[in-house]
Amino acid sequence: MEQMIIDTANHIAGYAAKAARVKVVAAYPITPQTTVVEKIAEFVEEEKMDIEYIRVESEHSAMVACIGAAVTGVRTFTATSAHGLALMHETLHWASGSRLPIVMVVVNRAMGAPWSIWPDFSDSLSQRDTGWLQFYCADNQEVFDTIIQAYKLCENERVFLPAMVCLEGFILSHTYMPVKIPDQEEIDAFLPLYKSGWTLDINNPISHANLVSPEWFMEFRYMIQEAMENAKQLIPKIDREYEKRFGITHGGLIEKYKCEDADLILLTMGTMGSDAKIAVDSLRKEGLKVGLARIRTFRPFPTEEIGKIAEHAQMLTAVDRHISFGMEGFLASEIKASLFNKKDKSLVAGFIAGLGGRDVTSETIEKIAKKSLKWMHSGKVEKETTWVDLRE
Amino acid sequence: MVTVKELSKEEYLLEGHAACAGCGPAISIRVLFKALGNKVFLVVPACCTTVIQGPYPYTSFNVPLLNILFESTAAAASGIVAALRQRNIKDITVVGWAGDGGTVDIGIQALSGAAERETDFIYICYDNEAYGNTGMQRSGATPFGAWTTTTPSGKRERKKDMPLIMAAHRIPYVATACPSYPIDFVNKLRKAKEIKGTKYIHILAPCPTGWRYDTSKTVELGRLAVQTGLWALYEIENGKFKLNAPSDRLIDKAKRKSVKEYFALQGRFRSLTEKDIERIQKWVDDDWENYRRLAACSASDATPYGKI
Ligand SMILES: Cc1ncc(C[n+]2csc(CCOP(=O)(O)OP(=O)(O)O)c2C)c(N)n1
Ligand code: SF4
Ligand SMILES: [Mg+2]
Repeated sequence: MEQMIIDTANHIAGYAAKAARVKVVAAYPITPQTTVVEKIAEFVEEEKMDIEYIRVESEHSAMVACIGAAVTGVRTFTATSAHGLALMHETLHWASGSRLPIVMVVVNRAMGAPWSIWPDFSDSLSQRDTGWLQFYCADNQEVFDTIIQAYKLCENERVFLPAMVCLEGFILSHTYMPVKIPDQEEIDAFLPLYKSGWTLDINNPISHANLVSPEWFMEFRYMIQEAMENAKQLIPKIDREYEKRFGITHGGLIEKYKCEDADLILLTMGTMGSDAKIAVDSLRKEGLKVGLARIRTFRPFPTEEIGKIAEHAQMLTAVDRHISFGMEGFLASEIKASLFNKKDKSLVAGFIAGLGGRDVTSETIEKIAKKSLKWMHSGKVEKETTWVDLRE
Repeated sequence: MVTVKELSKEEYLLEGHAACAGCGPAISIRVLFKALGNKVFLVVPACCTTVIQGPYPYTSFNVPLLNILFESTAAAASGIVAALRQRNIKDITVVGWAGDGGTVDIGIQALSGAAERETDFIYICYDNEAYGNTGMQRSGATPFGAWTTTTPSGKRERKKDMPLIMAAHRIPYVATACPSYPIDFVNKLRKAKEIKGTKYIHILAPCPTGWRYDTSKTVELGRLAVQTGLWALYEIENGKFKLNAPSDRLIDKAKRKSVKEYFALQGRFRSLTEKDIERIQKWVDDDWENYRRLAACSASDATPYGKI
């Protein structure tokens, strides 16, 4: 039976792992991810989840244990944050290179030093090039739905890649919201039993991931790139299928809000998208034609969709909860790269906000929008990257 | 106890493998498969065995093999064991096969964790006493005095005693072995296969390339390591320590050959001084006093490594 529950995003992630009928969970605690693994421990003790729960001694081992389980033919789940994710780094490459449909929740937290337990995207975005799909959520419902959809997508034979479902620490991880949990039978019908491209098999004694010479290596890489492109096509399809079955959509690759006639479009990810909606409404009241595009899928990056959005808008403004030191926010870079070969280019400006959990309110975003509009009218972006609300 | 005649005729280490001539680890792999058969999932980290199996799209190992990150053998095995349990598959033996570097250095955390979690698998460390894959740099298992490419005038620290570290995890089975005594190795593998929990086997596997000796002398060197007492063959089953033949006859110091004989055959010990050799001989004698004590203690009711 369908259920409405009020709970935190971390607990909801636990509910999603349960609903996806994962068989092996290997995880190591780190703030603010801890309540995900605690919720799962609770489900296991209450016999609501029949899984092997490996309480590993590190995140490195957590991911490798997931790899081991996935190659032995079962659905796996893990969750981590910041330093845990960074410790996994080489294992992330191994998981994607092995084409394993592992799903991991990343509870976003700033990377130290100095220590911070509050959110930004520096942890997950540092893993941009590991061959993992990356989804960013704006509320707890989206966390649940994205986890279920991620399994379906990752286990599609045209994809067979792992995925991170990212949610911002505390802003979502520890915040209670109402969430609709669909009927289990319906979920089972949407998400069939685990499927992977290959498993260890005594009847087919292959040596997996042994040394590959330059003669073959590039093809393996190209296949991952193809899989990413396939995922880009499948994500909106799976979103529509989910909507048909459960009546919920989050917009596929990008959630667009009042973009059709907008002169200025704000682009952002995660919960800043929710605050940006309020900002857009308020700016519209002033007669300013502002819209919002919340990027849900950072990898694969929705390049074509960005191109389409830019066709009508005069200016795109990226609000990044992240900085690539020595350059700019990744979102700004990716947007510029997406537009470079287009005929009618809109202006692009980048704003850095909310690092290490600094509050980003709708007022902050209104300020960003107004500055952008000024540049839009003058036809000149005066500053490529602006740090918002910085102490002098 | 098996005899040579009873060993399987089946070969699972196929022709065309890429090990150096006289490779001790390669001999050990052959024996490993003969002992366990092919209902094995093998996990191999970065090490010489990455090379020995041969490059894509070939393999010289006729068992399913997962190559995994250098420090992660035991973690990967943990995942495999968990998934097999979920799938209710009971007739597959999960084996981690890692070098000394992947075991006593970078992989010790994952191994310690897996052992503490009582993961049901066999972990084998094949110890060629250096990082072979990367060109013979020192490891925590390189013995005192040995040349490596990062200890050009000989290592000045002693070898880590990994089997006893594993025994301190109170796992049900720890054993040492050497490919020069294949029957002993087979017996230990067969025993390990029947025990539930983490089984750790540490084999001293001579490596002509790194130890700098003639490729025809691998078996002889393994024997000398045992006969001099530098390497003792023993098992610790449920906390009980027991020396195995021929080591069980060597408690009496007079029966042990001088360590000099072993060193003389290897280029890597060229820079050992008389004083070094004296020191090493003393350490060996001390080790044996410890083995004697452990054996005596285990013969009574005590379990020096804790009741399991
Ligand atoms: C994280 C990491 N660091 C370093 C390496 C490079 N590396 C590969 S194999 C190896 C040494 C392996 O030594 P050992 O475990 O003793 O096995 P052997 O090669 O002697 O068989 C090293 C240092 C690596 N693959 N991964
Ligand atoms: S370097 Fe030593 S261990 Fe490695 S393949 Fe050659 S002989 Fe075997
Ligand atoms: Mg070695």
